[in-house]
Amino acid sequence: MSEKLLRVIVVVAMILLVELLCRIGVIPRTVMIAPSDMVVELGKIIASGQFSADITITFTNIAISTVLSVLLGFAAGVVIYSLPGLRNAIEPLLASYYAVPTFVFYPIFITLFGVGSASIVAIAVLLAIVSMVTATLNGLDRIPRVLRKTGQIYRMSRVKTALLIELPAATPYLFTGVKLSVAYSFIGVIASEFILSGAGVGYAIAYAYNLFDNGHMYALMLLVLIVVTVVNTFLNVIDRRLQSRRQR
Amino acid sequence: MTSLATSPMPRSAGTLLVLLAIVLLWQGLHLLVGASSLASPLQTVTKLAALLMTGEFWLNISETMRAFVAAFAISLFGGIALGIVLGLRKLAGNVAEPILTTLYSIPKVVLYPLVLLCFGLGISAKIAFGVMHGLIPITLFSMNAIRQMKPVYRRTSQVMRLSPSQNAFTVIMPAILPEIISGVRLGFSLTLLGVLIGEMFASQRGLGFLLTGAINLGQIDTIMAIALLLTVFAVTCNVLMMRVDRRLTHR
Repeated sequence: MSEKLLRVIVVVAMILLVELLCRIGVIPRTVMIAPSDMVVELGKIIASGQFSADITITFTNIAISTVLSVLLGFAAGVVIYSLPGLRNAIEPLLASYYAVPTFVFYPIFITLFGVGSASIVAIAVLLAIVSMVTATLNGLDRIPRVLRKTGQIYRMSRVKTALLIELPAATPYLFTGVKLSVAYSFIGVIASEFILSGAGVGYAIAYAYNLFDNGHMYALMLLVLIVVTVVNTFLNVIDRRLQSRRQR
Repeated sequence: MTSLATSPMPRSAGTLLVLLAIVLLWQGLHLLVGASSLASPLQTVTKLAALLMTGEFWLNISETMRAFVAAFAISLFGGIALGIVLGLRKLAGNVAEPILTTLYSIPKVVLYPLVLLCFGLGISAKIAFGVMHGLIPITLFSMNAIRQMKPVYRRTSQVMRLSPSQNAFTVIMPAILPEIISGVRLGFSLTLLGVLIGEMFASQRGLGFLLTGAINLGQIDTIMAIALLLTVFAVTCNVLMMRVDRRLTHR
């Protein structure tokens, strides 16, 4: 408990330090506005609804790419798991996958799908899907053999085995994949909007940066940071529960 | 693919077949959507060869590499040092770990304007952005490596009264090296990604800048040539690090 308290103190102290440095002018307003001002600006843009359209687009795209990469990644993982030869061939490629800076493919998607949500979702799915595939393979690998044998003894059908034994046993590992897919979808969508796009929170931040409009820029940055932190905390709580169920 | 599943083929041959399938798929897609949307594998390789002949391309490569090497060196040494300190001091480690994990999962690209405002347009902003991506994973892996180190090592070094630097270089480093390599692999790719995103958003030189320029001019073959070059580079380095990793863990 005292660790938690200490952590809160550290974070609050850092924010206060930045606040102080901004207020006394060590950090000029052209570089960074004070954290309290960021909160005020965030309140203003939410109240005025100026960026509502951008915010909706971004979070819709993140949701779409998360769902797509989880479903497709799970399906691909199951197929690869059931074909050991294919799996042997593909595994070295999966291990190197995240070494590739995926964003260099974003321009290719732009020429294929044009500037818009389709290419943004495509790059986010490309970034997120492999973590789901890996998590699915890992989860299926770790199903204890005794559970499957028990299913055989009860003469369960293939479908029943999958739904009642394999899926619940693999869930904690699958959830790790879901968590990573959410994180990668956030990164994929916002970074693509940032680099080249005509709408969305990432675009709005880049636009405000080009106009030296620090008020809006920092308010939107704060919005993204808050949303990501809340979503992560929520996913971590579920994760911890699933992990503790596994130890039982 | 079913024949692949049944025949007892050596692992690397299967991987080559998959790579061949990817190239065929690429060629098929190229025929489907047309040369103006997607260059063929052959066109891409020819373009890359042509680009590699020009001196200007090498200037951009060296610019990106300079930023990348500096960022990676800072992430590597900073991350390992920070990880060792946080791993040895339990309270500091426990307090810092959730903060670091949260920082790790935020899309750092939203913070790039802040980096640009602090460092200005130029190589230092790219380096800083690369470090932001690479430092935290290396720190987290090194920290966990130390925490999972067998306590007997630490006790032995205490009994032998090793000095802190002797302890660090002769006991701790060799013990945690295999885990650190995994962190370094992740840090390597993320640092490269950070430097490239930095260049794509705001830069005057470098491969990321060439990419954005090619998007604006609609030069699909240049885009794909650069993407191919970066992919080959990243995958080669990753495979080399995995080899080192395997050798260390099977020691």
